[in-house]
Amino acid sequence: MALLFLPALARMAVCGGTHGNELSGVYVVQEMERQRKEKGEGVWPIPVTTVLSNPRAVKECRRYIDTDMNRCFSRDTLSSPITDSSPYEVRRAQELNNLVGLKGSTDAIDLICDLHNTTSNMGLTLILCTSSDWVTLHICKYLQTKITKVPVRVLVLDFPISDAYSLESVSKHGFTLEVGPQPHGVVRADIYIIMKEAVDLTIDWIHKFNSGTVFEGGDVEAYMLIKSVDYPRDPETRTLTAAIHPQLQDKDFCLLKRGDPLFLSFSGETVNYEEEETLHPFFINEAAYYEKGIAFQLAKKMMLTIPAVRVQKD
Amino acid sequence: MSSRTNISCLQEAARVAIFGGTHGNEMSGITLVNMWIQNSAEIERNGLLIKPFISNPRAVEKCSRYIATDLNRAFTPENLSAPDVEGLPYEVQRAKEINRMFGPKGSADAYDVIFDLHNTTSNMGSTLILESSTDLFNLQMVHYIKKAMAPHTCSVLLNEHPQLKYSTTRSVAKHPVGLEVGPQPQGVLRSNVFESMRTILKHALDFIEIFNSGVTFPPCTVDVFRVQERMDYPRDTNGNITAMVHPHLQDCDWEPLNRGDPMFLTFDGRTVLYEGANTVYPTFINEAAYYEKQQAFMTTGREILAANAIRKACK
Repeated sequence: MALLFLPALARMAVCGGTHGNELSGVYVVQEMERQRKEKGEGVWPIPVTTVLSNPRAVKECRRYIDTDMNRCFSRDTLSSPITDSSPYEVRRAQELNNLVGLKGSTDAIDLICDLHNTTSNMGLTLILCTSSDWVTLHICKYLQTKITKVPVRVLVLDFPISDAYSLESVSKHGFTLEVGPQPHGVVRADIYIIMKEAVDLTIDWIHKFNSGTVFEGGDVEAYMLIKSVDYPRDPETRTLTAAIHPQLQDKDFCLLKRGDPLFLSFSGETVNYEEEETLHPFFINEAAYYEKGIAFQLAKKMMLTIPAVRVQKD
Repeated sequence: MSSRTNISCLQEAARVAIFGGTHGNEMSGITLVNMWIQNSAEIERNGLLIKPFISNPRAVEKCSRYIATDLNRAFTPENLSAPDVEGLPYEVQRAKEINRMFGPKGSADAYDVIFDLHNTTSNMGSTLILESSTDLFNLQMVHYIKKAMAPHTCSVLLNEHPQLKYSTTRSVAKHPVGLEVGPQPQGVLRSNVFESMRTILKHALDFIEIFNSGVTFPPCTVDVFRVQERMDYPRDTNGNITAMVHPHLQDCDWEPLNRGDPMFLTFDGRTVLYEGANTVYPTFINEAAYYEKQQAFMTTGREILAANAIRKACK
């Protein structure tokens, strides 16, 4: 593919605490704000806006107050009239849209990096809504080469952009930095360090890009979300009758083949994967997904080819 | 050397309760108790009344540690004797109810044994928590469980500290035993943690059944970790933490911590060292629920407790 010229990224936003109990992002944002206070705006080579997305949930160390904030950024929710009974997160989403958006407009911030943790053993997973944004894919490629302490994987949800409802869909380019495993309500130093490094490298890439560096194209291995699988449940009460099988627990992104164990019931039976297609499980045993009816999700591995890119000079 | 062993005759343990959901987001106990309420076959033992019980149902419903206040700190004399008035926090009402059902605490009518099932985000493995170094029944039971679980390790934590000991849900019974298994995130059910807790309880109930049948348990010793001190995170003037448990200490529950060892890592990369004079054995390292209780970890000291032989008292 030929060299592609793309506009410079004038400003990025680093958002933590979109879920109030996912603490790495909360403390990365806190630390960045402390650095800015101490060293001034020039502490980073590019303009960075730091945001604590859900301050009330952070204060109470809960995922959300009324409703999951990371589902509140669809066009419909962002334009819905606010009344006394509007959920807190809907109001806050509209506030954030004004701060780093407006979603879909030319004034929207260039890049949002939304920081999340998971109880699943997913290492560093970069979550993209689309497989055709060269900027975010190049950042992913850059992080994959520079970070070696943990596996760095790319997960594409492949939403039609018009349906996207998460925070990073507000800006022109966006992605989620998901790091685990970490219990909610806990900050682990090893996980914090990975998250901080990923944010610093993202800033680094943007600075290099804006300064004229050519980033070579190539192939990026990515996982594409196919579907979700729920726990076995009692048909009447809907309570769980099995847990993730010990052989699947912590094996995010492994190869799941027909006959492999999925669940171990409380009465000792194993439930196996019965489908023909070999897929890759992830978000295995994420705490927040029990209420969404998800034990794990399944992805197909694929290769995305990206062009070389360089900043276009005005 | 005496020709007769000193045997302590103890009352039969006729009534036993198993509490799950004292904290509504600690999933192993909640799942086990709900399972046993539906089908109690697995926990039935000869001559023993065994009651599985969800202690904090509203918190379980919300999958939250508590509604108004921590139930596992609520069994104070003040709370238990508080008059039944409007506006009592939910957990205080619940504590009074539990005290009526399974107590009264300190009386002859109280349940003999309560097992309170907990999970922790700390890497504590299987831990049994005792509140007294002189409860022979509990010491012998814990000794039995440890032997039965081997080679799987079961640590014993003794909290007899005058200030740090707290008024637990299980303290209503004559013989309170805490089961703490981790690491497990709040709101998550891990199969291996669930099965460990299930196995510990199986052995515990076996012990009680054997004891009640009149068997004499010989004198034994139990290695315990005795609670010494609570260590908080470094904080700023607003009370926000300024450092995290150091990577070298993270997940090292029960391992020795010596003067000069790394303890915390600040967000901007500085290491804070442990300055204590003596070697300690930290536990509850980085437990999610303890950030608000100003605790990064607890220090303990190793001790060997001796227990007399015991036998059920003849009626």
